This record gives sequence, structure tokens and C-alpha cells, in this order.
Amino acid sequence: MAESSAYLTVELVAADRTVWSGEATMVIARTTEGDIGVLRGHQPTLSVLTDAVVEINPEEGPVVVATVDGGFLSVADDRVSILSEHALLAEEIDVDEARTELETARTLIGADDEAERRIRRAEARIRAVEKAS
Amino acid sequence: MAVSLREYRARIKSTESMKKITRAMELIAASRIIKAQQRANAAAPYARELTRAVSAVATYSNVDHALTTEPEHAERAAVLVITSDRGLAGAYSSSVLREAEGLVEKLRAEGKQVDVYVSGRKGEAFYRFRGRDVVKAWTGHSDQPSYDIAREIGQVLISAFLSGEGAAEDGADEFPAVDEVHLVYTRFRSMLVQQPTAVRLLPLEVVEGVEAPDPDEVLPLYDFEPSGEAVLDALLPQYVQSRIWYALLQAAASELAARQKAMKSATDNAQELIKKYTRIANQARQAGITQEISEIVGGVNALADANAQND
Repeated sequence: MAESSAYLTVELVAADRTVWSGEATMVIARTTEGDIGVLRGHQPTLSVLTDAVVEINPEEGPVVVATVDGGFLSVADDRVSILSEHALLAEEIDVDEARTELETARTLIGADDEAERRIRRAEARIRAVEKAS
Repeated sequence: MAVSLREYRARIKSTESMKKITRAMELIAASRIIKAQQRANAAAPYARELTRAVSAVATYSNVDHALTTEPEHAERAAVLVITSDRGLAGAYSSSVLREAEGLVEKLRAEGKQVDVYVSGRKGEAFYRFRGRDVVKAWTGHSDQPSYDIAREIGQVLISAFLSGEGAAEDGADEFPAVDEVHLVYTRFRSMLVQQPTAVRLLPLEVVEGVEAPDPDEVLPLYDFEPSGEAVLDALLPQYVQSRIWYALLQAAASELAARQKAMKSATDNAQELIKKYTRIANQARQAGITQEISEIVGGVNALADANAQND
């Protein structure tokens, strides 16, 4: 296998744009089975992600924190791609909006099937902002 | 003469205001098309990575999935036609509809029943006018599609396809079961060339983008979490949606390009008409002047003759 770079090549893409791409030392994401950390030389993997926070430790600079609404993590040949229909970087998240969303979603529990999912998403967003700051 | 001169002037005026409108539409289309192209380009990485992931599963695991299984006897097919919401885009909608009609005819000849799904008001109107059934139509987004629309269309088509597997035959299904799904849209080749295209969406054939592994290279052992089936289960609907999304974006760019072209030629034609009418109006004006002069001259001559006789 090609061991060309000392870093992982990471791409975080949403359906309508590339959210973040670059070289990184480590990627942490949450799959349906639990958290997964990816370092260089990781075994090829394809996992299903839940609505949660993704952390990317870039080659230099501060940690990149983002949230994904489901999606996939694929690792092969030190190439990591995180795919999600919808992804947001921590600095793009409106915390107040997320908190209101959390409140409304909580009142909907039981009435709406989507409520739990909305709570998870809102919580992930708030956590992402807290982690980034 | 004076009446027709006024008429020509009125015609020139109305043509001028029409030209203003078509010119404005041309400019709007031209500015939007850049945005549409950017959106299509921005969506490309997602489609690429998704294709890569799907081909990884297809290459490194032996999982079969309902969405990739060929039915033994395809009896019913769904056709999704992507058209525009508004007209004034030249032959854009009619050429994609013609392509769709060709496909429907072909499917009928193969003995399949055809369900039509439509995106865009023009396509809906086309089928309604002809009294043909449209199973479902999505409208109001043709020049600026959102991913939500693509997801909704994808979910409907997938559920129609999967109910054909006999899994959900409870009669509550809104959409009749189908054995294959086709997609007709306009591919954006360049600003000048847009091509109506028909592709089969389901069952999926995952071939594109697979990097054929070298024979001497050891195949990486993929780790699927939670399992190959589960990953494929989540991945394939996404893949289908992203294909539809891609088609919608291409169609949007094509629509705008077609509109720009149509409006440009409309503007040119209006300019041509104005030129023609101006010439005719000038001729009429000149003819009027000439007639007046000859009337005056005739009058003067008649007066002079009368005076000469009196003398």
C-alpha cells in the first residue's frame, strides 16, 4: 500500500458542499457501534455514523469540530472520508437556535417520531460548540 | 398613410418593450447558470465519495441487497421525468419529454406497465393535458433544487421499488410497486449543448468509479461496522438519492442554459423586427411627405393655370 504521507487525507463532505478537507493526524467519529478513532495505517473500514460530533485533529492548528446528521465514515489507504447529507462546522452552528430546537423537540417526545432524532441532533450541535470553545 | 405610420410606430414600441423583457430574462438566466454550475460542482465530491464507498462494499464484500437484485420478470417500471417549472426555455422541456416518451414506448414494447413520476410543472401539464396518469409530481424547485426534494423523490421511488419485492404488500402503499426505475433528465454538457438522457436508476448497477484492484496487490480487508448488510442498507438509498440530486442539479443548469439561449434569440429576433418596422415606418413617412408635396405642387399648378386663363 502506498505510504506516501505521514498524515491522513481527510475529507468531510455534505451533500451540497465540501465542509472541510486537508491533512490530519487523527479523526474521531461516532458510529452506531461506538466511538472510533482513526490514525494513520488504520485498517480499511466503512462504518455507519450516528447524529453526533466528529473531531478532526489537523496537521496544524486547532481541532476541527463538526456535527454530522448520520452518514458514513470510510477509511482506506490513509484516506478518510466522512459523508453526511448534512454537516456543520462548530463555528457555523447557532447555539441559541440549537437550544430552542432542543426545547421544542423535548416537548414533542411521544407525539412525534422525529423528536428523538431532533433531540440527538440538537444535543450534538450544542456539544460541538462547547468542545470547540 | 398617416394611420399606418402610427400603427407601425406602435408595433415598434411594443416590440421594444418585449425585447427589454427577453433581454432581462437572458441576463437573469446567465447569472443564475453560474450559480447552478457551482452547485453542481459543489455536489460532486459527495457523489464521488459515495460512489467510492459503494464500490468498496460491492468489491470487497459479497453482500446482496434488494436494491441491486435484478427481478426475474420485470412487469412494471417507473419513469421519473425531470422537466422545468416554467416555459420560455426553448425546446428544453419538449426534448426531455420526447426522450421520456421514447423510453415509455420502449418499455411498453417490452411488455411492461409504466408509471410516470414527474418533477416540474411543465411535465405535469404535459401529462395532465393528455389525460395520462401521473403517480406523483413534484413542482416548484426546478431551477434551484434542494437536497430535501432529492431525498423525498428518492424515498418515494425506493419504497415503490422495494414494495415490488413482496416485502410490504399490505395494500397501504401509496405508490404502486415497480420492478425497475428509470430516470430521464437533461445532462448539462456545456453552455451550448444539453442532452436529454435516460438512465436506469434501479436496480442499481454499481460499476462506475471502481478502481479495479491490481492483480498482485493484496486486497485490503474491509471492516464493515456494524455489518456489511447494515452498511449497504444505509449506503444504497443515499446513493440513489445522490444520483437523483445530481440529475436535478444537471437539469437545473441545463434549463437555465436553454432559457438563456432561447431568450438571446428572442432578443435578437426582436431587434430584427424593430429594424424591419423602422424601415417600413420610414418608407410610409416618406411616402406621406412625397404625396403632400405632389398635392401642393399640383394645387399650385392648378392655381397658376387658372390665373393664366383669366389673364
